[in-house]
Amino acid sequence: MSNLTEIRWHGRGGQGAKTAALLLADVAFQTGKYVQGFPEYGPERMGAPITAYNRISDTQIRVHSNIYDPQYVVVVDESLLEAVDVTSGLKKDGAILVNTSRPKEEIIPHLKGYEGKVCTIDAHKVSMATMGRYFPNTPLLAAIVKVADIMDEETFLREMRASFSHKFASKPEVIDGNMAALKMALKEVR
Amino acid sequence: MAVDITKLGVKATWKDLTEGMVIAGAGTSKDFNTGEWSTDKPVFIEDKCKQCLLCTPVCPDSCIPVKDGKRGEFDYDHCKGCGICVKSCPFGAITMEGV
Amino acid sequence: MAKRDRLSGNEAIAIALRQINPDVFPAFPITPSTEIPQYFASFVANGQVDTEFIPVESEHSSMSAAIGASAAGARSLTATSSCGLAYMWEELYIAASNRLPLALALVNRALSGPININCDHSDSMGARDAGWIQMYAENNQEAYDNMVQAYRIAEHKDVRLPIMICQDGFITSHAVENMELLEDEEVKNFVGEYEPENYLLNPDCPMAVGPYSITDYYMEAKRNQAEGMKHVEKVVLEVAEEFAKLSGREYGLFEAYRLEDAEYAVVMIGSAAGTTKDAIDKLREQGEKVGLLKIRLYRPFPAEAIAKALQGVKAVAVMDRAEGYTNHGGPLGADVMAALYRARSQALAVNYIYGLGGRDVRVEDMEGIFATLKQIAADGDAGETYRYLGIRE
Repeated sequence: MSNLTEIRWHGRGGQGAKTAALLLADVAFQTGKYVQGFPEYGPERMGAPITAYNRISDTQIRVHSNIYDPQYVVVVDESLLEAVDVTSGLKKDGAILVNTSRPKEEIIPHLKGYEGKVCTIDAHKVSMATMGRYFPNTPLLAAIVKVADIMDEETFLREMRASFSHKFASKPEVIDGNMAALKMALKEVR
Repeated sequence: MAVDITKLGVKATWKDLTEGMVIAGAGTSKDFNTGEWSTDKPVFIEDKCKQCLLCTPVCPDSCIPVKDGKRGEFDYDHCKGCGICVKSCPFGAITMEGV
Repeated sequence: MAKRDRLSGNEAIAIALRQINPDVFPAFPITPSTEIPQYFASFVANGQVDTEFIPVESEHSSMSAAIGASAAGARSLTATSSCGLAYMWEELYIAASNRLPLALALVNRALSGPININCDHSDSMGARDAGWIQMYAENNQEAYDNMVQAYRIAEHKDVRLPIMICQDGFITSHAVENMELLEDEEVKNFVGEYEPENYLLNPDCPMAVGPYSITDYYMEAKRNQAEGMKHVEKVVLEVAEEFAKLSGREYGLFEAYRLEDAEYAVVMIGSAAGTTKDAIDKLREQGEKVGLLKIRLYRPFPAEAIAKALQGVKAVAVMDRAEGYTNHGGPLGADVMAALYRARSQALAVNYIYGLGGRDVRVEDMEGIFATLKQIAADGDAGETYRYLGIRE
């Protein structure tokens, strides 16, 4: 179990935190890992805080509980920094990735004294620059893959191209934008 | 699955019953005397009958047999005594009597 | 040749159904089972199955239509959750008493109220006496495998009863996990063509289904129905054996995990069994003799085999993910304790109500249960046998 990576996603209903968790499970699966990706449903409405989880392991995953002491936390919507205790149980040797346009220094005071690594990505900027619309989960996926060192960038991009080609078979015009978003996010994450 | 309906009676064991109580085969009701429930029965007054046969199709239990264009005596084994035939007869050729 | 994949529990069931290619699938959506007919409808639209998919106006109608189709001679099923199952209630008994081998893919969810959409077993536990075969899964793989085996069990000539294939709402239905799929052709051959003996659309033998049964016959009819249930355990094991040859995955009436020398055991149903296995491995490393009995077949209830598997334990905790409001525990507790009593077991047994309305169950929670069992055995007294796990007092 020492090779187990646990990731918790905080988002709002409709922002794609669940989709991002499922995409991450997908891409980790492609590299031969055992994976879990699952949402925790609260009230079913747009904008309500939701949590999603990932487990990634070299061995079979049997546990079916939520994740309380993750190595990594992804905050899809920075307004949740106030609303939700996002660093709860987060391991010191792990990291938190926050989607924000603000510099890291402005985020740290909101993390309740979290002593581990703090990373940021401006998913809005990346998304608008590459896809022309705001889809935060594509840049965040790339950013967490890099932050949590889930796989090397080359493998990641190759697997994602294959995955997008399948997923967007009926609208191939969006594949390049998504790929550009991934590449830009890998560079932009700080 | 053919049902041996002669076994179906109050002495039938659970093993005599079909799976799901399915009744296979058509027209099995012929073999049961269901007319024993009735408290009233129609009486056919042949002298008044004009053989118009208006009574035959209205019987819910097909208890008025027709042969060679003429109706016969009631089938009391299946008649429930509903009296619809009495109402359908324009000639007063059917009356109801208590059983 | 098995195919590695990662799927949610709902996708896994939908794929099993695509591979089975049933004749008729009436459905009405309800969270968390909605995705099953949703995925399946896309298979219908894409021409991947020949199934007659019927969008109906309620669950009462979906079960009625599945019953009608089954009586007509078709292989039919539907899917639902929670209040949807409750709305099928009277039809469940009709399906069973008419001995119609249809299937129901159930995604377990709490019954209202208070209104809640998350997992517990109160829906299917309420239907446990309806005359259906009930099978439960720990994870997506088991849900898929149970679905593939379902019709072989239900349609067996010694059984001919409807079957409910249950999995935990959201916890497995909406969780993507690794699994292995069988090839389409393998499933097709394993499940085989449905050849009903009696059916309404058979012109050579007209028949009546569901006749009135007066008092003189009703008890004999119910006893006749019970005979089908009596054969289920044997058939489940036969089908599992054949399935193991195909898939390499072994199934029984239940799974005994590290139970052979266990002194303290947990009996439970569903996804929390996986969490319990992690707790057991951890405690075993510390030298604790702990084990798990995970129910797969809940109806009929394999009481003798369960009592036998638990014969060596000093203390046992039976975990119910549903209330029974008996003031002394839930339905699984009642069944297991009756089994232990009949086997003259000396084990000290307690019954926990846990995980209601999606309340999470952690490895630590299960470690706590085993610690309690150890204390009970040391005290020689089970104390209060009706307990709530992790309740805020």
